[in-house]
Amino acid sequence: MSRRMVAVGAIAIVAIAAGWWLIARAVRSANRPAASAPAANAAPSSAARKITATLYFISEDGMSLVGVKREVPFGESVLEQAQQIVTAQMGAAPQPLASAIPPGATLRALYLTDRGDAFVDLSVEARTNHTGGALDELFTVYAIVNALTTNLPAVTRVQILVDGKEVDTLSGHVDLRHPLQRNLKWVRTEKS
Amino acid sequence: MPTEFHSAGASRTSPSSSPLAGPFRTKADYHGADVFSLRTGALLLALGFVGAQPPSTPGPYTVLSAEGRRPLAVRVMGGQEMFSLDDLASLFQLTVREDALAGGLTVTVKTQTIVLTPGQNLASVGGRLIALPAAPVRDGRSWLVPVDFVPRALAPTLGSRLELRKPSRLMLVGDVRVPRISGTLEPQGSLVRITLDVAPATPHAITQEANRLSIKFDAEALDAALPASSTPDLVQNIRIGDGPATIAIDLGPRFGSYRASDLPGERGSIRVVVDVMAATTAAPPATPTAPAPPPSDVPPLLDITPGGGVRTIVIDAGHGGQEDGARGPDGTLEKNVTLGVARRLKAALEARLGVRAILTRESDTTVGLDERAALANNNKADVFVSLHANASVRPSASGAEVFYLSLEEYGDQALRVAKGETEALPVLGGGTRDIEVILWEMAQARYIEQSAALAQEVEAALRERVPMSPRAIQQAPFRVLVGANMPAVLVEMGFISNPDQEKQLASDTFQASIVQALVDSIVRYRSRATTARAAGGGVRP
Repeated sequence: MSRRMVAVGAIAIVAIAAGWWLIARAVRSANRPAASAPAANAAPSSAARKITATLYFISEDGMSLVGVKREVPFGESVLEQAQQIVTAQMGAAPQPLASAIPPGATLRALYLTDRGDAFVDLSVEARTNHTGGALDELFTVYAIVNALTTNLPAVTRVQILVDGKEVDTLSGHVDLRHPLQRNLKWVRTEKS
Repeated sequence: MPTEFHSAGASRTSPSSSPLAGPFRTKADYHGADVFSLRTGALLLALGFVGAQPPSTPGPYTVLSAEGRRPLAVRVMGGQEMFSLDDLASLFQLTVREDALAGGLTVTVKTQTIVLTPGQNLASVGGRLIALPAAPVRDGRSWLVPVDFVPRALAPTLGSRLELRKPSRLMLVGDVRVPRISGTLEPQGSLVRITLDVAPATPHAITQEANRLSIKFDAEALDAALPASSTPDLVQNIRIGDGPATIAIDLGPRFGSYRASDLPGERGSIRVVVDVMAATTAAPPATPTAPAPPPSDVPPLLDITPGGGVRTIVIDAGHGGQEDGARGPDGTLEKNVTLGVARRLKAALEARLGVRAILTRESDTTVGLDERAALANNNKADVFVSLHANASVRPSASGAEVFYLSLEEYGDQALRVAKGETEALPVLGGGTRDIEVILWEMAQARYIEQSAALAQEVEAALRERVPMSPRAIQQAPFRVLVGANMPAVLVEMGFISNPDQEKQLASDTFQASIVQALVDSIVRYRSRATTARAAGGGVRP
């Protein structure tokens, strides 16, 4: 094999490697999830602005979720609005309803993909402080799934993570390995 | 960004001033007026279906969009139903120009144009010719176009969804969910079976309020053809209910109870079956002796002939080991209750039915959710029963519930599996053979109908012996069920978070009642499966 051919081959290999590196870098940056800005960062001018959103809480008899219209701080972007909605959903329930979120659980992060999937990362209390009931587990999951998908048309499916990781279930029942769609099966008539 | 928010202080844009301008408005925007008009509309719509429209004076079409509903007038010219081009122009923000020189009509939709020529039943849509059933007709200062102008010319140019449903006289604009529902009603002895075929499959919830069952669909309106009742003593009426997407079943004086189940239908539809049952006279609840048999086709309780299609039953004692499950106010642990009942059930099934019963755990050990289904699959079990105790933040919540898997959460793939699509593979010696390619985690999809039938038997048998929750049968995406390659149900025996039920769940008598009910249900399910097989079909409820 001539020297010239070896040199040409070497140059070609280097060029392919460089191209590959550039492509990989572009793909990586495109895949990086939108960083979740803390809710407190909302501009002071928009602090007073609100949207009306439907949030879901446990009924007095404990047998269903109830959709309730609540005012939620306005978010400048879909991501910020999603954070505001989940934060409000995880807050205290209006009397006489009860929160479907285990006490102490907080929102660690929230990601949105272009496909309309939201990833809601909850703190570990979502598992450890759960009542352990299958029905309550359905309520916890679908309060969050429905709050996002009902109020934000841009969000079609929601996957719940715990402590930054995918989980099988929260307390042994509801399959959380896939993003879930809105499901109003456990929701009773809306109060306004 | 297709999301429209409004700040609390800002004035809202009136829907009439911007017709259909925002197909992507947030759902939170549905306030009183919109909802009211939608509701009234649905009611009128349904009334329209019951009595057929006289052909000479056609009623208006109903336009349904995220903004609500509005009527759209129809005129009949030369036997053709026509819309006014002016009406369509204001609905869809079209520009209509009449070219006096060429004698044509130019309709501009966003950036595209449709050209109509008076006297010709053709239209040029973005340069392509399409046929119309009639030519445009002048009507004073305006023009009339055949209703087919909407699906054939307008819909392709609009870029967003526009659907004309002629039989139900609906025009759907944008992202509105209006499932088609066709209902049948069939008296069967002491019950009336109401079957609703819902396309596409739409999430829904059934509730009972006083003398009415309400089925609420997750949709903006319903395109429903509902049957008239011939048994007013059980079902007085089936009609569009109080909500825009609610069907109400008015119950008659003989009503005793109901049960409901969902079955996968054809082409992405779902079949909702509601059995409205007559009250059984003077049946003492929860008697340990055999209850008075309601219908004559119930087999004797102890059918000890082996086989019958159910030979191996896997009983899954929920939780265990490091996973306590739910905890009662007095400290009773779900994992201990489930193990106690599982052991009793195994003994009863083996002794009384002569079947093989296998427990997913024999003691207080941690067992993964996949392992539980795997044990059943590896032992070729015919039935999988997972035992649990429920818990609620509300101490008053009580009653047993039966769950089987819902497929909606698992997407199209699960529905394909459920419909039994197979793959043909070549075999040695030539030819092909259809084999079932089933992903492990979709295994349960194939058994949804049988699981629904099993859930109905379990629910009916439990109801005879223990208190039931208002939601007695439900479908849910439960992790332990999805991998089971056989009919599978999950039984929540009661609420351990309720102080009274906690005592019951820990008691011998209550556990014995649960075991008896489950044995009864297996006997009935087995007989149903055998009958169905003899008739050459699968198990159908």
